[in-house]
Amino acid sequence: MIRDITIGQYYPADSVLHRLDPRTKFIGTFIYLVSLFVADSFWGYVIATCFLAGLIILSKVPVKFMLKGLKPLFIILLITVVFNLFLVPGEVIWSFGFLKLTKEGIAQAIKIGIRLIYLVIGSSIMTLTTTPNQLTDGLERILHPLNKIHVPVHEISMMMSIALRFIPILLEETDKIMKAQIARGADFESGNLIQKAKGLIPLLVPLFISAFRRADDLAMAMEARCYHGGDDRTQMKPLVYKSRDYVAYGIVIVYLGIDIAVRVLL
Amino acid sequence: MSLKLEHVTYTYNPGTAYEMHALKDISLEIPAGQFVGIIGHTGSGKSTLIQHFNGLMCPTSGVVSYKEENIWQEGYSLKRLRSQVGLVFQYPEHQLFEADVLSDVCFGPKNQGLSNEEAEKKAIEALQQVGLKEKYYKSSPFELSGGQKRRVAIAGVLAMEPEVLILDEPTAGLDPKGRDEILDQIAYLHEQRKITVILVSHSMEDIARYVDRILVMNKGEKAFDGTPKEVFAHYKELEQIGLAAPQITYIMNELQAAGLPCDCSAITVEEAKASILKALERRKND
Repeated sequence: MIRDITIGQYYPADSVLHRLDPRTKFIGTFIYLVSLFVADSFWGYVIATCFLAGLIILSKVPVKFMLKGLKPLFIILLITVVFNLFLVPGEVIWSFGFLKLTKEGIAQAIKIGIRLIYLVIGSSIMTLTTTPNQLTDGLERILHPLNKIHVPVHEISMMMSIALRFIPILLEETDKIMKAQIARGADFESGNLIQKAKGLIPLLVPLFISAFRRADDLAMAMEARCYHGGDDRTQMKPLVYKSRDYVAYGIVIVYLGIDIAVRVLL
Repeated sequence: MSLKLEHVTYTYNPGTAYEMHALKDISLEIPAGQFVGIIGHTGSGKSTLIQHFNGLMCPTSGVVSYKEENIWQEGYSLKRLRSQVGLVFQYPEHQLFEADVLSDVCFGPKNQGLSNEEAEKKAIEALQQVGLKEKYYKSSPFELSGGQKRRVAIAGVLAMEPEVLILDEPTAGLDPKGRDEILDQIAYLHEQRKITVILVSHSMEDIARYVDRILVMNKGEKAFDGTPKEVFAHYKELEQIGLAAPQITYIMNELQAAGLPCDCSAITVEEAKASILKALERRKND
């Protein structure tokens, strides 16, 4: 039932991308996203396609999972493409009333479409190969300098990890409570809006009570182990760059360099 | 009048990296009025199994039928099934939500379409049968002790007057006294209401003396199925799958190995005592 919902779409596999330092993946993804906006020519897109294809093969994640991430984007993609098709001025090919289909419009729509799809696939490669905890760890280290201007980076990332950790727990709990109430004849599906909202009470009350109890227990357990926030806190598994991370940075920078070169020279 | 599973298989997340076979080709039949214990280690598939009994889970393959009717055939009312096959989950916290005990127990009968008065009548009856004192009827279910909460949870299902009552680990987290009270109460209900009772546990000791039949689950498969005496005869194999027969089984087997001709199939301390005394008597006479 509710278990089928996946949040944080980590796909367990053993690949180079899975083993990379989360910081490398973060910054690499960022550079890749920038490169997509640098690439403007046919060859620019060819290079981006090759790079993306290489990443997909390296990640060992089935392509099916990456395409899944595109589903919620479909509407946005459609609107963007349609707007570009008809609203870009240029050589008119076909017109219907105020709608004018232009040559430039078609080119622009294709470009934007590809750009959006590559954006989403690129960032899903990161989330598919990195566990949510690694992501927050990486983010904490990258944002560490903000500590100097009194941004509580550690606390924010701790809250993020806890929230992420609790999502599957609460989902499972919701599933159990729903089943327990369905076994007592509760009905969560039929009826009008008010009846449905009322029907949720037997689900929400136990869920809230359990969420508060868990939060309380966790806070107690953390205090019992002397947790006192981020000051002077060291990590059990500190993030350390390995040679593969430097190689990855090298590849990404070379890729960006080629992309810029193509843009400037061609 | 029975619950029947034929070649039931259940797979979690089929086709993904998280695929897991929770039930593998389970076939069994539970006749009306039987008191059955289902035993297995954590993750052996016992919870998945019982959720198939009242249609909370749909088997990946195989047939589940109640009273000779396939519960997953078109037009079959699962809602009606669930009021005939009542399931009490392990944690009462998962179902208690009302402001007071009595209205919480009324939730089930009201869902069956009964009027407030009728529902209340059934609720009071159920609360009496689980042995909850009347002074608690108007208190908040969240203020009760663990054992009392469990009684309220059981009453909440019992008030729907099911023909089959399934209890998932009803004694988990209770002290020995609370545990015995709950189990005695359940045995009493089985006698009184003449209903089928299915008790899930991971402790042989707990249920050995109450049930007519024990079903041992291991890694999604049915490992043993028989009367307690039959199942405990396999105590060596039970150990291999991480379970244990009651301590008394070990003592009796040791005594027999040491040369005392006593009956190894004794399950309770009382039975064992009688058997040992008889054996000693016989030895004295020889």
